[in-house]
Order: sequence, then C-alpha cells, then structure tokens
Amino acid sequence: MARFRSYEHLLRLAAVFAAGVALFLGARWLLVPSDYGRLGAYRASALAQNQLRPIAYAGQVACVECHTDVADLRRSNAHARISCESCHGPLARHAADPAEAVERPDPRATCAVCHLPSPAKPPWFKTVAFTEHADPGPCTTCHQAHAPKL
Amino acid sequence: MSIDRRSFLLEASKLIVLTAPAAAAWDYVIAGAAEQAPDYDASAHWWAMIIDVEKCIGCGRCVQACKAENGVPLEPQYFRTWVERYEIDPDDPEHPHVESPNGGYDGFPGPTKPGTKTFFVPKLCNQCADSPCVQVCPVGATFRTPDGVVLVDKEYCLGCRYCVQACPYGCRYIDPRTHTADKCTLCYHRITKGLQTACVEVCPTGARYLGDLKDPRDPIHEFLRTHKVQVLKPQMATHSKTFYNGLDGAVR
Repeated sequence: MARFRSYEHLLRLAAVFAAGVALFLGARWLLVPSDYGRLGAYRASALAQNQLRPIAYAGQVACVECHTDVADLRRSNAHARISCESCHGPLARHAADPAEAVERPDPRATCAVCHLPSPAKPPWFKTVAFTEHADPGPCTTCHQAHAPKL
Repeated sequence: MSIDRRSFLLEASKLIVLTAPAAAAWDYVIAGAAEQAPDYDASAHWWAMIIDVEKCIGCGRCVQACKAENGVPLEPQYFRTWVERYEIDPDDPEHPHVESPNGGYDGFPGPTKPGTKTFFVPKLCNQCADSPCVQVCPVGATFRTPDGVVLVDKEYCLGCRYCVQACPYGCRYIDPRTHTADKCTLCYHRITKGLQTACVEVCPTGARYLGDLKDPRDPIHEFLRTHKVQVLKPQMATHSKTFYNGLDGAVR
C-alpha cells in the first residue's frame, strides 16, 4: 500500500466546507428571529404581540362594579342576561375613566335591532311590528329597557 | 488516494455519533434568551366556541362588536365574524339561498321568501386544531398557539394570500392597511386577560359561548355532552373547535 501524501487538497476541501458552514450559520443567525421555534414553527413573541391590543369592551363585570342600581333592576327580567355593552356600545374608556361621557343609545333604533319581526328569528323570540305597534316615538315612553314588561 | 475499510468505518461512525448531540444542542442555541413569562399560561387552556344556531336572532351585534374591538375595516368585504341568513326552499333543499348583507352588520332588513325554511348562522374562524391555513403558510406567520387559537404574526406575514385560499370557511382577508393576512383571533387580547370575546360579550341571546376544554369545570363539557353538535365541513378533517348546536344540514 502506497503511502498517502497529498493532504493539501483535502485541507482545501475542508476549508471550503468550513466556510460554507460558517456562511450558513451566519445567515441563519442574521435571518431567523431568536424566538423562532421555541413553541413551534413561528415566532413565540407573536403571541405577546397579539395580546397587546387595547380593549374596547370593558365587560359586564366592570359595568356592574359601579352601576349596582341598574344591575339590581335587571336582576330577573327578560333582559337580565344581556350585557350592558350590547346596547350601550364599547365602554372600556368609560370604565377606565368614569368622567368619560357616554352617549345614550337611541331609544327606538336600539330596540329595533333585535325586536323587528323576521321569519328567520326563532319562534320564542318576542318581536313587534314597529310601525303598526305605536307612533314613531321612543319605545322607552312605555317600556323600560332595563326592566321590560310586555 | 486509498483508505482502508477499517479506518473509513471508524471515521464515519465518529461523525454520525457526534452529529446527534450537535443537533440537539442547536435547538437551545437558536432558542435564544427566555422571554418574560406572562401571567397567562397558554398551555393551561384549550379554547373552543359554541354557536347555538337556534338562539341567533340575526341582530348583528357580534359583527359590530368584533369590528369595534379589533379595528376591522368597516368596508363590507372585511369580516372576522359575520352572520348569514339561510332560506331553504322545501322543494330544493340542495340549493339554499344564502345572504349576508354587510355581513349582518346592520341586521337583516327585508322579508324572506314565503314558505321557506329560514334561519341565521353566525360564522367566524373555526380555530381548527389541524388548520389548512397554518399548513400552507410558507414563512410560519400563521400558527396555532398552545391554547388552540390560530393567530397571525403580522410582522412576519408576507401577504402572499395562500392562507386566504386555503381556509375552507372563508374566514381570512388581507388587511388593506397593512397588506397582511387578518382573521379572528378569538379576541386573544381579551381571553388572555380573563374576559369574554367581544362577540360573546354582546350577544343578547347567548347564542355564542366561549369555553375552555382544558378546564374540567367549564360548562362547555356539559353542553357538548347533552347537545347534538356539529362542526362545519367535518369532511375537511380540520378538527374545528367551533361547535354548532342545531345546525341544518344545508349549511356549508
């Protein structure tokens, strides 16, 4: 067996290979975000970024913390389980700062959103033909939105 | 050059033995420094939604609340949730007439055709456990979180629209402001703080319910056990986590 002497081209090959690996690692280090792959094939910090959005609807718990009188009024009637913000709109800013003015819901259009008749509505849901039922005044003249009696 | 079999096998086996630990260590290298752990433990939840079709009155409060809460463009082609009205002619049940004027944002004015079976169906991202949109994303910008919510990484999204095409439920759109994909996040900024999603919060009849399948005390387990629920397009094997109660077979 002849003695193996030509090491030089092997070294060159190794150098090229090492440079390739270094280039790959460098590119990977530059391009792949540091938290990529921690939870899966995505940036783990994207979860936190999705959590960052400001809240618009304060939630029922926040409303009844102050408005206990309305909460008592609504305790057991047809509207008891409806969230305040369903009719009053998003009020997180008002919940954070009670001085923030709140617009009252339209006393007719707000009711019509739910209570206009439609054959697609489930049969148990109470509807009323608004135009035939009464003059085009506010519903709240006769009905209490927070304690509706039918 | 010649190398005998003995030394070749020796060198090759050394290389193979050394590769495995190197690959394992690499996972830790790329993970980088640990992030601050938030109070919310994503691995302790597995979110699901129940839609009770028989309770929906088509008022569109959910659509309005969703747009207000999430800053969804008000134009009538961008929705994270929307409501459809079905009209099924008993003589032709295979071809239901479906409409969703402005996604149901303003309710459903106008009468339906007499003699038809008609009802409302709210739609939203089904938060699939095996989501096609996640599978097709070429850059990992859409993903399923450990708590079972499909989210979009807006900084990483290229806006290639593969996910928009892949969603069998039509739940995605391209945000005209950022040109990135957008969809229902199940109000991830709310549910991680213990709040309801905006649509569940405002639904006046309780047609929507957000449940945590990992919480054994959550009423969702009782509901799923005692009701005949269905997911949309079960043949797509997306393992949807939005369960519909009282769903008509005509709904797609």
